[in-house]
Order: sequence, then C-alpha cells, then structure tokens
Amino acid sequence: MIQIKELHKSYRMGSNHLHVLKGINLDIKEGEFVSIMGSSGSGKSTLLNIIGMLDEAEKGSYILDDVPIKNLSEKKAAIYRNKFLGFIFQSFNLINYKNAAENVALPLYYQGVPRKIRKEKSLYYLEKVGLADWAHHLPSELSGGQKQRVAIARALASEPKVLLADEPTGALDTKTSYEVMDFLQGINDEGKTILVVTHEPDIADMTKRIVMLKDGVIEEDKVVEQVRASQYV
Amino acid sequence: MFDLDRWREIFQTINKNKLRTLLAGFTVTLGILIFTILFGMGNGLKNTFYESFQDDAQNTIFIYPGFAKKPFKGFKENRRIEFKNEDLELLKEKFGDRIEYITARISDGVTVKYKSEYGNYTVRAVHPSHQYLEQTDIEKGRYINENDIKNDARVAVIGRLVEEDLFGRDNAVGKYFTLNKIVYRVIGVFSDIGSGDREERNIYTPVTTQQLIYKNTDKIDQINLSYNMSIGASGARRLSKDIEKLLKNKHNIAPSDQNGIYIESVIEDLEQTLQFANVLQIIVFFIGFGTLLAGVIGISNIMVYIVKERTKELGIRKALGAKPSAVIGMILQETVVITMIFGYIGLLIGNFILKSMGRKLEDWFITNPNVSQGIIIFATVTLVLAGLIAGYIPARRAAKVKPIVALRDE
Ligand SMILES: Nc1ncnc2c1ncn2[C@@H]1O[C@H](COP(=O)(O)OP(=O)(O)OP(=O)(O)O)[C@@H](O)[C@H]1O
Ligand SMILES: [Mg+2]
Repeated sequence: MIQIKELHKSYRMGSNHLHVLKGINLDIKEGEFVSIMGSSGSGKSTLLNIIGMLDEAEKGSYILDDVPIKNLSEKKAAIYRNKFLGFIFQSFNLINYKNAAENVALPLYYQGVPRKIRKEKSLYYLEKVGLADWAHHLPSELSGGQKQRVAIARALASEPKVLLADEPTGALDTKTSYEVMDFLQGINDEGKTILVVTHEPDIADMTKRIVMLKDGVIEEDKVVEQVRASQYV
Repeated sequence: MFDLDRWREIFQTINKNKLRTLLAGFTVTLGILIFTILFGMGNGLKNTFYESFQDDAQNTIFIYPGFAKKPFKGFKENRRIEFKNEDLELLKEKFGDRIEYITARISDGVTVKYKSEYGNYTVRAVHPSHQYLEQTDIEKGRYINENDIKNDARVAVIGRLVEEDLFGRDNAVGKYFTLNKIVYRVIGVFSDIGSGDREERNIYTPVTTQQLIYKNTDKIDQINLSYNMSIGASGARRLSKDIEKLLKNKHNIAPSDQNGIYIESVIEDLEQTLQFANVLQIIVFFIGFGTLLAGVIGISNIMVYIVKERTKELGIRKALGAKPSAVIGMILQETVVITMIFGYIGLLIGNFILKSMGRKLEDWFITNPNVSQGIIIFATVTLVLAGLIAGYIPARRAAKVKPIVALRDE
C-alpha cells in the first residue's frame, strides 16, 4: 500500500538547515495497523504529513497504492487526498459552524457525491461511531471523545485506502483514548490500513506494528502483539 | 456558479457568520447608497433643465431689438432699435418657406379689475401663432384667432391662475373685465404645464388691439418664430444668421455689432445646457463611482481578514480534498453574494430616499430625482463585477493557504 525509499526532508529556518528526515525506508501493506513513535521533534508528524500529501519530500520516492507521489500540483494532491486518505487530527479539526453530519459529509461534497447520498453516508458513519443521535449537534456541543469520533466518521466517509492519525488521542483522557482506539481497531479489523502517530506506549501497543523514529531515521521497526482496547472500555 | 451545493455552502457560511457578513456588506451598502443618491440627484438636476425648456417649443427662435453700440452708415452709436409690424412681415416674406409659426409680442404690466377684485398682471399682445410657440393649453373657450386680429377685438385669454384670482369659482369665459380701465371680454382660459405659475398669471390679447390702444403705434417688442423641423439644427443656425443679417441691414446696424439685435434659439440653449448637465452628471458619476470603489476596497479588506480568520477552516477543507479552484470559487462567490445583497439594500434605501424627497428639492433645482430601470441593471452588473474584483485578492489568499500550516496546532 505504501512504499517509501530513502526519503529526506529538511527545513530551512533563515540560515539554519534542519535535516528532519534522513533517509526513511518504510513498507506498509494493506490492512496493517502501524504506530509511529519517537521523541518530540523526531519527525513523526513530518513523515505523516508527507504520506498525507500535505507536505512534500525533498529526496526519495513515495508510492501510494501503486501511484508515485511526486511533484503533485495542488489540484492533484487534493484529488489524491480526497480519494486515498482519511485524516484524524489531535485537535479534531471539525468545522465549528457545521453540525456533526455536515462535517462528516464534507469530504463527500468535495468528491462530488450527490446531496442525498452524502446525507445517507454521513448518517451511516456517525452510527458506526455511535453518534447517530448527535448528528445535528454542533462540535461545541460534543465532548472531546465525541468530537474525535465525528472526525473518525469523517475520515471514513470518503472510504479512503489509508487512515492517517496524528496523535488522535493526544487531547483525550485515558478512558476516552481507549474508546477511540477501540474504534480504530474495529475499522482495522475490517481491513482498513491505519497509521497512527503517538508517543504513548499503551496506545502504540494497541496497534500491530511499531516504528520508532530517532534522529531522522527508523531506529526500530517491530511487529507487536496487539492489545485489544475493548477490555478497558 | 450554478452548483446548488455551492450555494448551500455559501448561504450556510453567511448565515452562521451574520455579524462578519454584516460588517463586510456595510461598506458596500454605504457606497451604493451614496452612489444612488448622487446619481439620482444628477438626474434630478437634468430633469430641471429639461423642464425649463419644455416651456416653449424647442424649435423656437426669439428675436429682440437692443441698442446699436457702434455708429454705422452715418447713424450714431447708442441708438435704440425698435421693431415694427413691417419687420415681421419682412421675415414672413423672405423666410416664409423656413418658418412654421411666427408671432409678435408686446408685453405690458396692467391693472386688471373684475367687479371688486383686482390685481396687477402682465398682458402679452400676440398673434394666434403664439399659442403653438408657447405651448399654451386651452382649458376653456378658445385662443385668439385671425378675426380678432383683423377686427382689433377687445378680447383676452387669461391664465388659469388669473381666473382663480379674480373670478374665484365663476367661469370667466364670456365675462367682461378691465385692463387699465379698458373693457375686454374673456374668450378663453389656459394652462401651461411646462411653464408653471408665472405663465399661468399672464393674459393674452390680440396684437392689433393693443397697438390701437397705444395710440396707433405699429411697434412690437419682440418676434418669436419657430422654424420648420425639416431644416434641422444646422438649418436653424443658418436661419438665425440670415435673419440677423437681414434685420441688421434694415435697421442700419453694423454687422459686427453684437448689441443691436438679439437672436436666441432654444435648440442652441438646450444643447448648451444639456451639455452642462451631462458634464455635471459625469462628475457625479465619478464621485459615485469613487464611493462604490471605496465600498469594493472595504469589502475586499474585510474578506481578506475573514479569509485569515478562516485559515484553519480552509486548511481543513483542503486537507479533506478541496481543490484550489473550489476554494477560490467559494470565496469569490461568497464575496459576490454579499456584495449583491448589500448593494441592493443600498440601492433600495437610496431609491426610497430619492422617492421620499420627491418634489421637496425643487427649490434646489432638483426635479423628480430618480434612478432608471436601466441603471438598476447596470448596477447589478456593476455589483457582480465589484464583487469579483473585491473577492479576487481574498480568494487568492485563500487558495494559497497551506493545509499543513493551517492545521498546525498552536
Ligand atoms: N514548517 C516547519 N518549518 C521549520 N521547521 C519545522 C517545520 N515543521 C517541523 N519543523 C521542525 O522539524 C522537526 C520535526 O517536527 P515534527 O513536527 O515532525 O516533530 P514530531 O515528531 O511530530 O514532534 P511532536 O511529538 O512534538 O509532535 C522539529 O524540530 C520541528 O521544529
Ligand atoms: Mg507531531
């Protein structure tokens, strides 16, 4: 699903040159559930953003679902993001004046899906995350966990190949974090490929593979015994 | 543009952000309001000019004698020039084919008395043609005719307001009254919409009658004529020149003497005045355009601010797959919609103010200020354009929003 070879990324800050990713090699197959770990500033988000086509690598190759991702125009990037990827963010990033259902329907709107189908799909995915009764509530009327579940429903609505989540539990308490992980595990069980950035070991243990970043390279890449979140909720 | 979903998106954003929208639209409303009022006033001014010329037929030429300022052919300077019946006859004879109507006019102030009522009015002694030249509307009875002229009849046609002043509720037609103690019979009552009150306080009598009363004189104060429309504006100018030449020659006035004879032509005055009015309206238009531009800049600035405020939202939309064109279209359309809505509000308020001012401003030479239907279509097109221009910069900014930057957690 994802093939990354010798990926480099650096940031220029005035005269300083910050080499963040120094040759990343990563292969992720369909249906995997991968967590990316590492200390703060190790480049986890940078890597995820490149995979999410929100940012571009300097050197190296990146192939997503057999499509080489290179020198994309903004338009192409938007289309690919819309088609291939679903995003989940630490701070939810819901649009505050749209209710839950409208937020979930937004990627479908940009896919050109007719309004009626958008409505059906958004309700379907809200139900999947257990929020059918909250469809017409604004984000401000939802708890943190509920907001993140709306965000998960939104990420799922466009039926992406890969879910990308940057610290999806970073803003949540432990119990709610496990609830969210429970959802993600359920989605992964259905075959969806998921990448999660986290620095919480217990969250990483709930995935199936942990990639450790350090000083811009992958220090460790191990398959782990998945801890089921359901036993904690 | 015709994407229903896009409209829904836009109306939702507008609806959910009323204060922001109000702020953005306010400058446009103000701009259009000022534009409408100024433009309407300009129109009002133009209407005043038009109306002041409706008084008389527009192909009228007025000829007055003056003072010859220069000595000529042995005649001394500062001679008073006077017209007589023969001058009028001469014009008829020489230029009959180019003249439509011609009349003499003698004006005098008289004391008019009917029973116990009396007042001071102007009497104009004229030929029947005067009716057409002055565009007098007979309300009752008749105007002066050729028989009255031939018989020196002591008859008078009085203005609507003269009848009102002196005869009250009575029908003046057929009644006898006195002009400077000489008895006349009222044969008609007229109104004159174009000229208004002053004209409607005038009295007309046959020119011959008046000349007889002034001790058998054949002098006349002024000759009014209208030319045949078929000769056109240039023909009219030529006719004026020919008349001037003929009369100057007859009265021994130096051809270069500007003061011997005055010839005024309505068409030329009208052209000049309308030119002035047009220039005025162009100035008004530019001032209005300036205010509109200020409105556009205002809304553009606020939209830039709004885009900045919505950076995060735009970043989310892009991350979810909004193409740059979709973002540009959204901001542009939003600006256009806001501009249109608030522009029309300005237009409506402006129109309302103009309507309610109506005739109150006539003292300031503004008659029936308004903006026409054409202007409203023009305004719509202008508003759409203004919205597009105003939206251009904010839309560009929106398109440049990088989702990765917008979504970075502060
Ligand atoms: N746009 C940018 N411009 C300059 N430097 C950047 C930019 N984005 C990231 N960096 C730097 O790159 C390094 C890696 O950042 P990144 O956000 O990938 O770290 P991270 O592993 O996600 O850290 P955290 O766990 O704190 O989220 C950091 O030192 C950061 O300061
Ligand atoms: Mg990070």
